[in-house]
Amino acid sequence: MAEPQRARPKPTPETQHFWDGTKAGELRLQRCDACAHVYFPPRPFCPSCASRKVSVFKASGKGFLYSYVINHRPAAPGFTPPYAIAVVELDEGPRMMSNIIDCPQTPEALELDMKLEVAFQQLDDRITLPLFRPAKG
Amino acid sequence: MRKNQVAVVGAAETTELGVVPNMSQLQLHADAALNAIADAGLKLSDIDGFATAVETPQQVCHYLGIKPTWVDGTSVGGCSFMLHVRHAAAAIEAGLCKTVLITHAESGKSMIGKQPRFTAADSLNGQFEAPFGVYGPPSMFPIPVLRFMKTYGITHEQLASVAVVQREWAAKNPRAMMKDPITVNDVLNSRMIAYPFRLLQCCLVTDGGGALILTSADRARDFPRKPVYIMGTGESVETPMVSQMETFNSSRAFKTAGPLAFQEAGIAHKDVDHLMIYDAFAHLPLFGLGDLGFMPHEETGKFIADGNTRPGGRLPLNTNGGGLSYMHSGMYGMYALQESVRQMRGIAPAQVADAKISVCHGVGGMFAASGTIVFTNER
Repeated sequence: MAEPQRARPKPTPETQHFWDGTKAGELRLQRCDACAHVYFPPRPFCPSCASRKVSVFKASGKGFLYSYVINHRPAAPGFTPPYAIAVVELDEGPRMMSNIIDCPQTPEALELDMKLEVAFQQLDDRITLPLFRPAKG
Repeated sequence: MRKNQVAVVGAAETTELGVVPNMSQLQLHADAALNAIADAGLKLSDIDGFATAVETPQQVCHYLGIKPTWVDGTSVGGCSFMLHVRHAAAAIEAGLCKTVLITHAESGKSMIGKQPRFTAADSLNGQFEAPFGVYGPPSMFPIPVLRFMKTYGITHEQLASVAVVQREWAAKNPRAMMKDPITVNDVLNSRMIAYPFRLLQCCLVTDGGGALILTSADRARDFPRKPVYIMGTGESVETPMVSQMETFNSSRAFKTAGPLAFQEAGIAHKDVDHLMIYDAFAHLPLFGLGDLGFMPHEETGKFIADGNTRPGGRLPLNTNGGGLSYMHSGMYGMYALQESVRQMRGIAPAQVADAKISVCHGVGGMFAASGTIVFTNER
């Protein structure tokens, strides 16, 4: 029997640009052309002012650790506990869920507000996930 | 909505709570409904309005043999039943129906006739949360806790005291699942589930159900039970994705629903004799006390740890033992409502003496939704 696998996202027309971005090594966000609001997750209009004039842009990939849990049980398929499920606040403002790599999965190592940078992890030829690691320097 | 125009005239839980392997989820709905109808001294044919969540209204109405002229299938998680109470009160006042039955049931433990919960891979949750290892509420609901603790200086011991105090209440409730006393150390040494939360800070998983019957306050006087009036109501939703909450320092849905209910009831916090705050996990009473405006969030941990919400304390909170110790079938809001009604009728196992106003605050999903009901036994 095959190893249980991590849940695979399935893009929709509205989110395809995001997943195309991660595949190309870019973290893409959207900005409203009318009110400059930066938002996530993707949608073809501004959730702040309802304008349909919005642009996709490449984010810095930098942020900080906003909060997390270290999950022990039950573990999701494809994960070996304990593993941290984190929420990262990006420098551009939006927050996103992710995992923290290159870092012990302990309360001591995972300090709130620690600086993070995006690291892309390819799952298959279709999906690359945006993960985060402690920022260098 | 005008206050005290609609009343609860029937209220009951399923005959058994806890592990009920001899009943499907649908039959648990019926069991609770029949108990509530008997409690109200009604016949099934008297019911002309119906609301439920997860199961559809048509499913439960057909099974029970109810022919409604008004239905509400609002299903926003465990506080759906607070929203049903609010919607039913509005419908009765508007003349859309006269007698509303609200049911909840879940075969959360035995999983008989219960549809599995499923996150589609192309939903927003499926794309932007599921791939990062969330797996059920224990891995999601506590995600805001560490930020909340850091912002307000809340300690692990204070969060553990929530479970300790609620176990004290549970000990007074014969139907509570967990009644043995526990200490802060017991909580902090229980099995780790999702840091910072351990087993005793997570809700139970049980089978059961409950049902309420509402009618106009004018009719309520003719019923066998002491009427419990709907004094104020509030509701809101925020986001199905815990990662996308506006902030982890409070819940926007709580901060909308709670004050709406207080405003409609025309009460101040000092008027509240009894309080229920849906506690799927130990941090929810802290969020609730702060977001409903009882005190600044900074003070919530100390307030509970100091014993203010325990038996004999000045703000009795979660007097059935809560989702942590009484029962939690998956959508606990109905049991919080049942306890508020018992307290207002004066028949709760851990009765708060002379309680006249009860606030019942619910959460749906992981801070996704909220509903607040203010009850009173005086019109």
